[in-house]
Amino acid sequence: MKPFSASLDYVGRTVMHYVEEMGRIMTLFFSILFWMMRPPLKARNIFKQMEFVGVKSIFVVVLTGLFTGMVMTLQGYHGFRLFGAETMVGSTVALGMTRELGPVLTSLMVTARAGSAMAAELGTMRVTEQIDALYVMAANPIKHLIVPRVIASVLMVPLLTVVANFVGIAGSYFVGVNLLNINEGDFINNIYKMLELNDIYSGLVKAAFFGLVLSVVGCYKGFNTTGGAEGVGRATTQAVVISSITILVSDYFLTAIMF
Amino acid sequence: MIKLVDVHKSYGKQKVLDGLNLAIEAGKTTVIIGRSGGGKSVLLKHIIGLIKPDSGHVLIEESDITRLSEKDLNEVRKKFGMLFQEAALFDSMTVGENVAFPLREQTKLKDQEIRQIVADRLRAVGLSGVEEKMPSELSGGMRKRVGLARAIALHPRIVLFDEPTTGLDPVMTEAINQLIMDTQKNFNLTCVVISHDIQSIFRIGHKIAMLYEGRIIEYGTPEEIRASDNPVMRQFLSGSVDGPIKVT
Ligand SMILES: Nc1ncnc2c1ncn2[C@@H]1O[C@H](COP(=O)(O)OP(=O)(O)OP(=O)(O)O)[C@@H](O)[C@H]1O
Ligand SMILES: [Mg+2]
Repeated sequence: MKPFSASLDYVGRTVMHYVEEMGRIMTLFFSILFWMMRPPLKARNIFKQMEFVGVKSIFVVVLTGLFTGMVMTLQGYHGFRLFGAETMVGSTVALGMTRELGPVLTSLMVTARAGSAMAAELGTMRVTEQIDALYVMAANPIKHLIVPRVIASVLMVPLLTVVANFVGIAGSYFVGVNLLNINEGDFINNIYKMLELNDIYSGLVKAAFFGLVLSVVGCYKGFNTTGGAEGVGRATTQAVVISSITILVSDYFLTAIMF
Repeated sequence: MIKLVDVHKSYGKQKVLDGLNLAIEAGKTTVIIGRSGGGKSVLLKHIIGLIKPDSGHVLIEESDITRLSEKDLNEVRKKFGMLFQEAALFDSMTVGENVAFPLREQTKLKDQEIRQIVADRLRAVGLSGVEEKMPSELSGGMRKRVGLARAIALHPRIVLFDEPTTGLDPVMTEAINQLIMDTQKNFNLTCVVISHDIQSIFRIGHKIAMLYEGRIIEYGTPEEIRASDNPVMRQFLSGSVDGPIKVT
């Protein structure tokens, strides 16, 4: 009975820990909403973050989208050929990209690039007392530091997803039509037939939600950093892990609700 | 008038403040001295509400800031300027933007006027023309002086200085002491200064308070402090390793 109750104890503790953490993240989320409604929001801060989160992520997102589209086509081709349905490859890739892989991979890349940077930057500001200095100057750090990052992420991750979708399908076209000699007309026609605007929209809604997740988690971890340089490192790692897992898990449930 | 009443603060098992009482007079400079790691910075952060005491009260002009909401606390903080021990400059902003920050946040001054004030404050701390530099490009002493310029940018009514002259050369130390004294007198500020520099302490302090083992054990004018026969105070002022203050 002893080991059983001990492991139960452990599980209980771990679950409690995550529930508590979730509660604190939600509390932060509501104060972000609160401060978002209070003008003036500094456009300059928001643009700066949009540049960081969006513009500077284009390169990695293009590479990710391109090669995902290409490899899916390569893989799918062999399977579809067994049924003589090679021309369906393009539409399958297009659906997969717009609904799932575009938003998920884009936000995972942005998590790695920008979510981690948010945690590191805010964490450093915390341990070097810059956040205290904001309080002292009667400037709310949530409004100053977190709100611009969250707004920028919610706007930019969907835009980046559009880019990923586009280059993914283009990559698929290149591999399918140019390398594997699938009939161009059928390839494109099938995409038109299968892909609906709704698929794209729902993917973008997901992307916006993932942008919210990665920025709120990154900022939360950074904002609550303790313990010097080591603490900043820990906050950064945790931000990436928690964001990535949340994105993957919530993607399943969002798909279940949407389609 | 700032009053700390029976303030207790512990980190884990370590009691940092242990029933501390201190009344800081308005329009005067009070210097806080005490051993390194004795809780001076923690004490200063209590005064501006960055740290909440485990128990006890912190009164700023009759309002108990340990009980205020974040919003009301913000209003109280507008009376304050603070120089952090490590300067705490915003490293994503230039020096100029750092000094301008409280002006932009709390006043409606025009850009031109703000630039004027920033240049003025930087000149006062001997750093004319560094507006465009980033904090990471400055030396430790320069950063501290920028922090000082930022703390007094608004001429707040109460200014807290955490070791304003530590790490400065003797000439600059004197210049900064002079600056603190002049600003204090001209604007009738309430200043709280933490310092380890015995000469500076007697020069700028109207009142001196000694923090030891979580309490204020001596408080008085520079003359009274010089004449004190408290062994802790005597050892501290003479800088001897023998006495009640243990080095280990
Ligand atoms: N956030 C914290 N967590 C845990 N312990 C802390 C924290 N802040 C301060 N302390 C402890 O409180 C004590 C007092 O620290 P404080 O920074 O006030 O010292 P100080 O008097 O300013 O020293 P110095 O003259 O070296 O700056 C130290 O022993 C420190 O270990
Ligand atoms: Mg200190």
